[in-house]
Amino acid sequence: MRWLRGLRPILESLVAIVVGLIIGSVLMLFFKYQPIKAYIALFKGAFGTTGDVLETLAFSVPIMLTAITFALGVRTGLFNIGAEGQMYLGAIGAVAVAGLLRLPPVIHVLAATLAGMIAGALWALIPALLKVWRGVHEVISTIMFNWIAYHFSIYLAIYFLAQPGRAERTVPALPTARYPVLAEGSTLTAVIFVALAFCFFIYFYLWGTRAGYELRLVGENPHAARYAGASAKKVILTSFLLGGVAAGLAGASQIIGRPPAWSLYATLGNVSSLGFDGIGVALIGRNHPLGGILAAILYGALAHGGRYMEYQAGVDSEMVRAINGIIIVALSIPELWAIIRRRIKR
Amino acid sequence: MNQQRIFWIIAIIIIAVLVFYGIEIAGLKPLSILEATFLAMTPLVLAAVGECINEKAGVVNIGLEGILLITSVLGVYGAEIFGNGWGGLFFGSLIGALIGLFMGLISVYARAAQVVAGMGINIFALGFVPFLLRAIWAFPGIHLFPRELMVQPFSTPIGRINPVTLIAIASAILGSLLLHRTVLGFRIKACGERPEAADVAGIRVDLIRVFTATLGGALCGLGGAFMPLGWFGGVVKEISAGRGFIALACVVFAGLEPLLALAAAFIFGFAEGFAYAVAITPGVKEVIPFYFVHMIPYVTTLLVVSVAIGQRRFPAASGLPYSRE
Repeated sequence: MRWLRGLRPILESLVAIVVGLIIGSVLMLFFKYQPIKAYIALFKGAFGTTGDVLETLAFSVPIMLTAITFALGVRTGLFNIGAEGQMYLGAIGAVAVAGLLRLPPVIHVLAATLAGMIAGALWALIPALLKVWRGVHEVISTIMFNWIAYHFSIYLAIYFLAQPGRAERTVPALPTARYPVLAEGSTLTAVIFVALAFCFFIYFYLWGTRAGYELRLVGENPHAARYAGASAKKVILTSFLLGGVAAGLAGASQIIGRPPAWSLYATLGNVSSLGFDGIGVALIGRNHPLGGILAAILYGALAHGGRYMEYQAGVDSEMVRAINGIIIVALSIPELWAIIRRRIKR
Repeated sequence: MNQQRIFWIIAIIIIAVLVFYGIEIAGLKPLSILEATFLAMTPLVLAAVGECINEKAGVVNIGLEGILLITSVLGVYGAEIFGNGWGGLFFGSLIGALIGLFMGLISVYARAAQVVAGMGINIFALGFVPFLLRAIWAFPGIHLFPRELMVQPFSTPIGRINPVTLIAIASAILGSLLLHRTVLGFRIKACGERPEAADVAGIRVDLIRVFTATLGGALCGLGGAFMPLGWFGGVVKEISAGRGFIALACVVFAGLEPLLALAAAFIFGFAEGFAYAVAITPGVKEVIPFYFVHMIPYVTTLLVVSVAIGQRRFPAASGLPYSRE
């Protein structure tokens, strides 16, 4: 039975997902929708054709990265929910470099990607410093920074980056700054390889380097970390900044790696909520960078299939986000698994 | 009330008066700012006072934002069913109480990680509210309701005041009296500080925690329903705009004291009222972009929390589940 113990986190996540889908269907029934029809449409929409599978993967790219932001925070003992704002700024950074600068082809893509990552990290810096210097709780500081980022990004998008003649969006990324589309007619681009590489990098950082070990030690046992000589302040700063880099990359991926817009809508409509989705994805993936990839593909399927569900069953596609919330609540209950197992034994 | 607290409150009143005179010179109308301040502080006070009480008992609920969002929509729904704004406020606080009760039950009996569960409620609300708007009114993102469902304010020498604002202020005073002057209050504090000791003394820690979480949810729900019914006159899917977290900042600033939370809510409410006034003042609105005006409440929150933190002490067992070994 030992091998079962290794499977336990996966089983717990699956139980939580099932609980989320069941409660979601109860809510649908309550408002006279047909949950079975909705879920069939959701599944068909997500995996029906090869094109849909590619689309599901395209949806999973930004959220596997924002999941890293949250997971890194949890691994350090922080509740960093600032991915949303850092992602907005990452998108702005990518738009500025990809849309306004003229650079040779490969260098342009790299520069725009880096600009997004740096902008995201810079936006994470102030909450990190407030935490280290003043002890300001990161839940409050990061949420305030999300809202400031929301208004600031719209301001920048409209005043400095707007496409002439089209006020509803920013200048598009120049063709030299775009990641190549992987299949004709899909919105999946090569940026998914960058995202996957980043997830693997974080995995090797956490479990393969001394700095990563210190980061996990501070999160698991701050006292032991102090005796081991790890500086909590340094670790908190690193965790916030790496998280900001991940979120910034997520924002950039939606500008230079996502047709057909290749730009940021002035309402931030094509990036909004991706940071919050990452929280649920991180928790479903047990705050592990590789678990996050699987969870992101699952959530990508919900997000892409949700649009088809709205079309077929009339259920608002945002319902997927509500189901995500229920899954998070279910995962917060460590006893849930024990309660279910007790029932089965009886 | 110790001297330090009295000092704080007097200092805030003096600063507020000075700022009022200052802005009158700058061409803004202080009375309309005060009216806006009272409106903006109301949901913050209600959410923060409830949270102060349930954190004192040991349950941390960061799902305030989600409760505000859900109850603002369902409050309007209730008002349309009852045909009356007060019915909507009642329905909103009922839904808030149910969410608080749920939060209390999973924290106490299922030993849930409270911060994660609270965030789950927030994200649930983010998706559930657009779903509700479409499911109830078949229109995405926004709903406007008849004017006669609004809870009407009454006129006073310092501007129009909504009765719910008075309820909010009363809740802060009563909450403070409850915590510091009643037996139940001492029991609540014991559950947050030393649940083992409270248990030995015969206090039902589980019941007290579930009760305070429900009460906190009900107050927050009243604040949520107030936003459309007493203030905006409609609901949009992002109506709460971070107010649940600003209320949490009030709680942190206040160190779980309801009266200090009231003072903090006044500061943040003032920041928002001031922002609205700036946004519509001729001569100012052309110079400062609208988007920066919108940031004022959030920047104020950050500043106040950064300056005030570090001197507060929180209950030893806050956020931790308790059960007999």
